[in-house]
Amino acid sequence: MQKIEAVIQPSKLDAVKDALLEAGIEGMTILEARGHGRQKGHTEFYRGREYTVDLLPKIKIEMVVRDEMADKAIQAILSSARTGKIGDGKIFVSKIDDAIRIRNDERGSSAL
Amino acid sequence: MRRSLSFLLPASLLACVSLCAHAQAAAPTADQIAKLQSQIAQAQTAGDNAWMLTSAALVLLMTGPGLALFYGGLVRRKNVLSTMMQSFAMMCIITVLWAIIGYSLAFGPGTSFIGDFHNVFLHGVGLAPDPDYAPTIPAQTYMIYQLMFAIITPALICGAFAERMKFSAMCLFLTLWSLLIYSPMAHMVWGKGGLLNAALGGRIPCLDFAGGTVVHVTSGVSALVCALYLGKRVGYPKEPNPPHSVVLSFIGACLLWVGWFGFNAGSAVAAGTLATSAFVNTHFATAAAAMAWSLAEWIHNGKPSALGAISGAVAGLVAITPASGFVQPMSALVIGAVAGFFCFFMVTRVKAWFGYDDSLDAFGVHGAGGTIGAILTGIFATKAINPIFGAGKATGAVDGNWHQVLNQLAGVAIAWILSIIGTLILLKFVDMVIGLRVSREHEIQGLDVTQHGEEGYDFAS
Repeated sequence: MQKIEAVIQPSKLDAVKDALLEAGIEGMTILEARGHGRQKGHTEFYRGREYTVDLLPKIKIEMVVRDEMADKAIQAILSSARTGKIGDGKIFVSKIDDAIRIRNDERGSSAL
Repeated sequence: MRRSLSFLLPASLLACVSLCAHAQAAAPTADQIAKLQSQIAQAQTAGDNAWMLTSAALVLLMTGPGLALFYGGLVRRKNVLSTMMQSFAMMCIITVLWAIIGYSLAFGPGTSFIGDFHNVFLHGVGLAPDPDYAPTIPAQTYMIYQLMFAIITPALICGAFAERMKFSAMCLFLTLWSLLIYSPMAHMVWGKGGLLNAALGGRIPCLDFAGGTVVHVTSGVSALVCALYLGKRVGYPKEPNPPHSVVLSFIGACLLWVGWFGFNAGSAVAAGTLATSAFVNTHFATAAAAMAWSLAEWIHNGKPSALGAISGAVAGLVAITPASGFVQPMSALVIGAVAGFFCFFMVTRVKAWFGYDDSLDAFGVHGAGGTIGAILTGIFATKAINPIFGAGKATGAVDGNWHQVLNQLAGVAIAWILSIIGTLILLKFVDMVIGLRVSREHEIQGLDVTQHGEEGYDFAS
């Protein structure tokens, strides 16, 4: 089992969700996040004081998939989230030790 | 008012005609004339009282929720409730204080500087009119209208010490401030025998239609003293703390704009043409000021912000307050534009130069706006709108009475001095008795949780 974490632009969420569903991935967790990589922020003005805003809104998608599905999921995300500009985001992949279905105590890949 | 009059006129004409027909061309008796006069007076009272009660409600709306929202949106999320609670506390505490003793100190007969205890517990303030203050409405209407002013004035000061003042200390400090600074100032400008009362023959007649000096200069200057005495917030100015909700501030500012019609046009104390002048002037000045601030921002920062526009509007409202019932509409546009630019300069440049932490710009908008408004009132006041010194006598500089500008400066100076000295003494006193500022840890945690045991928003539930 592999955990795939993708930090993407908020405007790409719908496209990525649709692409993942099409690839056969049904379970995922969506988080609202803030952050930046090499993308610079912007300045805002409040009553004459300048604020540098470098924590930009992002969406983080997390999913745990069977090993054989991992590549399909990654491809789905890459093709739907890419714009070619700085700020597109990143995907991280890690191994998962176990997964458990809370409803009926199923364990392992059948819990996914 | 027109409707009840137009009902009376044909009715009374009919009565006259039928009486004449019966009495074979006899003139109406003294009794009948007295009855008609009484009916006309009642119609006048009905119109004036309706407008004044409405105005009182509008002015209360300015504090709750107008000011509460305006200030609440400007602070960080962890302090939103404590900020709103400060306005609400004033709505409650000042009301009780006013009923018991505040009104008497402000509007009771007394010396040139302060009223006496004649009207304590509202003794003598009943449903019959007080001929000196408002001859066509019940005295209690006048009293409750003035109460709404007494409520909002200390609430404005809260902008200076937002996010770091103890709730208990704020309650004690502003209670004393209302009694010892607001009531005397209100008495001097509006009370019987007041030193600065232009309408009732004060020695230094200061033109202040709706409270430029009484409300805005006093609260704004006191705010500056508070900001300097309490010191800066933890992390100011290095750490950024932008408003947590400009949306709330926007709603608050619009409520202030609409409510201010009660504040200014209601200060005509009648539903006549002077109220119309004040209403029109208020609206014109506000629009001009908002545009001026936005223009200054557009040039200076490259973009006009929503916060800047609403701040400009409030600056215009403040500046037109003393002038509203004295100037021509075109002058109101000028006053608004000047205030917009001037307060923009005060808030964005002067504050940064001196480095004081006037968190919500109570001094920059109210103190500065009130001062410049009072001076411009001396210039633009005209007998064409308000011949307050007597029919045919010049009112302000545009009529030729340049001396009035000096009187305005005197009134402003008295407000400044009373505010500075009085506030310093009261702050020192309250600090000694219970301490003014929250601890550093409590300030970092946030006042909602530490002072009130609450959180403003719970998005998880």
